[in-house]
Amino acid sequence: MTGEIHAHLTRVTRVYPAVAGNPPVHALGPIDLELRRGEFFAIVGPSGCGKSTCMDVLAGLAPPSEGEVSFEGNPIRGSVPDGVGAVFQEDASFPWLTVWDNAAFGLRRQGVDAAEIRRRVEYALGFMGLRDFAQAYPAQLSGGMRQRVCIARTLVLQPRLILLDEPFGALDAQTRLLMGDELLRLWRETGATVLLITHALDEAAMLSDRVGAMSARPGRFLETLETGWPRDRDSSMLEGETFGHITGRLWQLLRSESQAAMGHHPDAAQGGTRREAG
Amino acid sequence: MTRLAWIRLAIVLGAFAALEWLVQSGRISTHTMIPPTRMVTELWAILASGELTGDITQTLGNVAIACLLSVTVGFVVGAGIHAIPRLRRALDPFLTTYYAVPFFVFYPLLVYIFGMNNLPMIAIGFMFAVVAMIINTLNGLDKIPRVYDKVARMHQMSRASMALRIQIPAAAPNLFTGLKLSVAYAFIGVIASEFILAPGGLGYAIAFAYDNFDNETMYALMLFILVLVTAINMTLHYLEQRLLRRQGF
Repeated sequence: MTGEIHAHLTRVTRVYPAVAGNPPVHALGPIDLELRRGEFFAIVGPSGCGKSTCMDVLAGLAPPSEGEVSFEGNPIRGSVPDGVGAVFQEDASFPWLTVWDNAAFGLRRQGVDAAEIRRRVEYALGFMGLRDFAQAYPAQLSGGMRQRVCIARTLVLQPRLILLDEPFGALDAQTRLLMGDELLRLWRETGATVLLITHALDEAAMLSDRVGAMSARPGRFLETLETGWPRDRDSSMLEGETFGHITGRLWQLLRSESQAAMGHHPDAAQGGTRREAG
Repeated sequence: MTRLAWIRLAIVLGAFAALEWLVQSGRISTHTMIPPTRMVTELWAILASGELTGDITQTLGNVAIACLLSVTVGFVVGAGIHAIPRLRRALDPFLTTYYAVPFFVFYPLLVYIFGMNNLPMIAIGFMFAVVAMIINTLNGLDKIPRVYDKVARMHQMSRASMALRIQIPAAAPNLFTGLKLSVAYAFIGVIASEFILAPGGLGYAIAFAYDNFDNETMYALMLFILVLVTAINMTLHYLEQRLLRRQGF
């Protein structure tokens, strides 16, 4: 990881316009975020706080209502720039294609020559432990394996910024830990910058160099924690004392926000205060 | 052949044998029905003589045109309606009650518009089949996971490329159901309208044989239609099952 800024959100807000008589929804911001080249950054926050909206804005899938977004110094405004890949929470594998064809999908679209496609797909499938399932269809795989297919499809495009929107949200706890290890291995090997959106505090604490804790909607960063983990790490850190401190601090930040998101009034019940730290 | 296929074959052969016995033993009069074995020999003779080849070709041609039109128009209209939610909300009641309309009442009007030729029959076949395709196109497009839209945009795909490489394959199971229903409805529409008033075709030939107490020809042609429609539907069913199995249904 270098100190160089890889992607940048400056005073970004996102307001969804009024639909069918419902008022506009202020989903996000204003927020500022600087992603350093090669770092692993996680965003945690209560449900509906705008985490996914933040990722959509950064990916160029949704334009910001206000503010500026840039990737590698170039502004992004509602269109996906080259070098950015994303994996989503939902199963986005294509059931009509084999695992191999799923992984090769983006490369074929780009008109990459057959030998290069073969090389990159075989590497990605091997890396994700899917080589033996290359000719299987997604329906024949478990949820975790299907998500690995989606990661392989992103990986072959060699993105410099990988956006992950709760990619393990639908998996059981043990599989999530193992997938987390694989994600760390992927991050180390590719050297890409990773932004992980998650609601799981332990996942964020274990995987990331920095964790941004977001308030209830409209989402703003309450605090950004440096985890201080070495680059060469895995899920065995869960046993350490530091891990408990990080998750404890995150929960301290998010408890009242989560209650607010659920419609409770934490100030009255707990005497807590809502903090904002842009 | 699978065990299930053997059971199906046994059911068909059992029904065939029972009917043969009922007619041969006189429990069903030969004035009412001829034995199935005779239907087969009569059909073979008709096909070998070529006397009804023109009628068969005409019917199959009309069904093919009605089917092709209904599948193409049904898909395009379905996709168009899906793209305009307000139009869809307006059309929904018409689509859901469409098959309550007795289309054959339009036959005189269609003859008046198109004349005494194949077009009214193709039009009836089309009218029968097109809405099945529209409804199944809508269902198929509704079921496409919304995340595919994000995936397409992450791959910087154009609308056309997304439709071709993602939306159509994703909706394929429902589109296939639409195709299967369109074939069946096109057959019903065309052959039934040939019965009413037509210058030729299988429906006309069956009606002509019925009017002239020609049981052999009538039953032979009925058997031909049954075998043909079953064979087409079984083929489509087989292809559909392969497609669905692959996609984990």
